[in-house]
Amino acid sequence: MIRIEDYAGVVGRGMVEELFLLARHLRGKTIQNINSTSVGGGVAEILTRMIPLLKQIGVDARWDVIKGNERFFVVTKKFHNALHGVPVEISDDEFDLFLDVNRQNAADMNFGDMVFVHDPQPIGLIEKRGIVGGQWVWRCHIDFSHPDRKVWEFLEGYVTRYDAAVFSAPAFARPLPINQVLISPSIDPLSEKNRDLPEKSVSEVFERFGIDRSRPVVSQISRFDYLKDPVGVIKAYRIARRRVDCQLVLAGGGATDDPEGPAIMEQVQTEAAKDKDIHVVFLPPSSDFEINALQRGSTVVLQKSLREGFGLTVAEALWKGRPVIASAVGGIPLQIAHKYSGILTHSIEGTAHWIKQLINEPAYARKLGENGREHIKNNFLITRHIKDYLLLFLSTLRKGEIVYLDQ
Amino acid sequence: MARLAAGRKEADMNAFLFTTKLDLTYLLGRKAKNAEELRTLIAEVPAMSVYYHTHHFLYQHNYLSPEPPNDFAFWATNVLNDDALGEQLASIDIIQFVSIDEIRARFLEILDGHNSSAERVVEAPRGEEFHFMSCQTFAFPTSYSASSLREFREQLERVSVNSLYFHMFDARLRLKAGMNDFSLWFQDNGYPSLAEAVRKLDPYTYTLEGLRRAIIKLVESHDKN
Repeated sequence: MIRIEDYAGVVGRGMVEELFLLARHLRGKTIQNINSTSVGGGVAEILTRMIPLLKQIGVDARWDVIKGNERFFVVTKKFHNALHGVPVEISDDEFDLFLDVNRQNAADMNFGDMVFVHDPQPIGLIEKRGIVGGQWVWRCHIDFSHPDRKVWEFLEGYVTRYDAAVFSAPAFARPLPINQVLISPSIDPLSEKNRDLPEKSVSEVFERFGIDRSRPVVSQISRFDYLKDPVGVIKAYRIARRRVDCQLVLAGGGATDDPEGPAIMEQVQTEAAKDKDIHVVFLPPSSDFEINALQRGSTVVLQKSLREGFGLTVAEALWKGRPVIASAVGGIPLQIAHKYSGILTHSIEGTAHWIKQLINEPAYARKLGENGREHIKNNFLITRHIKDYLLLFLSTLRKGEIVYLDQ
Repeated sequence: MARLAAGRKEADMNAFLFTTKLDLTYLLGRKAKNAEELRTLIAEVPAMSVYYHTHHFLYQHNYLSPEPPNDFAFWATNVLNDDALGEQLASIDIIQFVSIDEIRARFLEILDGHNSSAERVVEAPRGEEFHFMSCQTFAFPTSYSASSLREFREQLERVSVNSLYFHMFDARLRLKAGMNDFSLWFQDNGYPSLAEAVRKLDPYTYTLEGLRRAIIKLVESHDKN
């Protein structure tokens, strides 16, 4: 089991000690996280790592998952797409179904002193606040910059009943009568997905998937989802390929709450069938080791998302010192200072241009990777994330610009 | 060369208790898309927001040397593509001010000058507006304390950069002490020239780790025990 003290070797002893000092001020409070899936996707991944660490520093942290049927998740996927600005039709019956499932879950659930609700799926649980009391915070993990108006108006009625809303990027903030907090997600440097790997392990994974490491490898390792634009990645690769020799690896999986994954996967496979240098790898949820190796062994890592809540895959690749080319959407500009710690692009052509540049200029690519790793170390590791959550919970109890906590 | 005040022994020094601080970042939900709106909002936002935008780069990019300037300058240069305005905003010598309101006034002065002479208003692309933020600070004591220069040096090596930041930046500007905490302690304990040497450092021109090393070096040069 990973111990919180193990992180001192990465971020310094002082930082870890501060987490213990902060946690003392939350003694006696139950902090309950609620989301909609226990596997797949960034939220489940963060909670899986974070809950045990919170417990180790003395916080009574819990995690509950709401139950929903297939129809519920079809509706919530529509919400998800609508909040990302994709036009969708949602009927009154579907809004009613959404609320019915939330109310049923609220009736079956026991609530803690502080309730931390993640994403729109369980947002309606706030209706129970009048009965159970406590502090309630809503955590939005998705790109909220251009939400569909109808869906936002529906959700706003619930968001404003929370004590605070938490967003991953400044552009997601909007005029609201409640406090809005900026908390970026994080990666765990000691997890199977991010820990150091021997070169031999990296090569073994590439061999297993039939990828030639003697030639440049451009990869995008991300869920097969329309918003990750895997087809756009293939187009960028094809443009770059006219001038530089390289292979493309598209690797990823799906989440249990994403009904669109298989259709996107099929579209990608059709495109990939035309080129033996395009490797499409479907990764089941337990593939952290393989993801780690594929990222470490890539010459250039892409994240060509059309919309992005945060884009944790960027942080993962940067942590491994890889040069990253990513779209300037969602939380990605927080992770990459253009031309300093990575490359930000806005188009297929721009992505292709930088693929060629980084393959042809490995010294510059290496410098981008080194800066990127340092930036992630300072700002996007799980210890910083734990710190932010502790402060968030404390902020619901203590007001004022400067709060002095006793020892 | 600093010496102990006449008749004073190191054992008499008051203990310096290292405090640390952690910040929670708030989004104000207000944004500017050009220099005029930037001016209007800098005048309106809470002082804590001005403090945040002139200081948080020290945290976020503390591995880069030289560090990027304040957020306003970075935005003017990189989003509005106005190098002249960006340079003016970046060159504000923040260390010369002893209050956030003074810093705010200087930014407004520069923006007023720019806006009155600008030939056209440059708009930020959609999605790249300047988003105003603020922060809430939680300060709390650490387990580190020092009762001599030697102990001070040893403990300063151990504390997190957050603690260093609190005593050097927050103490001076936000707590309105006018001087950093380390200099106050050196002065109160018979080391006026060490106090002055640390006070004269421009902490905005160091990375946080570089600042830590610079202070330790100064303490070493004054510690003859």
